[in-house]
Amino acid sequence: MPSLISIFQGLNVTKSELIEALAKQQPHLALKDVELAVKCIIEKMNQALSSGERIEIRGFGSFSLHLRPPRLGRNPKTGESVALSKKYVPHFKPGKELRDRVDESSGKYKIID
Amino acid sequence: MALTKADFAERLFDELGLNKREAKEMVEYFFEEIKRSLEHGEQVKISGFGKFELRDKSSRPGRNPKTGQEIPITARRVVTFRSGQKLKARVEAYAGAE
Repeated sequence: MPSLISIFQGLNVTKSELIEALAKQQPHLALKDVELAVKCIIEKMNQALSSGERIEIRGFGSFSLHLRPPRLGRNPKTGESVALSKKYVPHFKPGKELRDRVDESSGKYKIID
Repeated sequence: MALTKADFAERLFDELGLNKREAKEMVEYFFEEIKRSLEHGEQVKISGFGKFELRDKSSRPGRNPKTGQEIPITARRVVTFRSGQKLKARVEAYAGAE
């Protein structure tokens, strides 16, 4: 029987599972430090993107912002048009190594969801 | 200038007091672990950031944009990223430098 946690979260890997795996690989570090390190990396990525900075991780991929031009939207309830100003959205482009590894192993592993 | 692994390692060194080697390894392991999970068909959800998802695409007809020649695009598995609400909101607030 699946655990309650896996029912709620699907079978995705979550931040806490990532932290656990990293702690196992680096037994010389305290779990608390691994946790802080992961939070620190994520916060740094958030900060960079929200100040318009690109992130480039070789073999993994790059994060950047894409501009969405201003457009006329519609209020779905009233049908009224609303002017929406331009905005930026985060974009990820997987790197070659990640693309190749994921594609090459696709015959061996089903997508878990 | 784009942010690289070295910048993340520097931050771990400055803020958490990991030594340079530990900081460098941590950053390597972090991205490697996400790659490894995705390679095994496991999607990765990082709360406060976003979700790395997998999608199996079936083959479709393609074209060489230079020559116009038709070449089939083979079936493949791809990674997509969906940013979380928090990141979306923070990025949306960015006015842009132009």
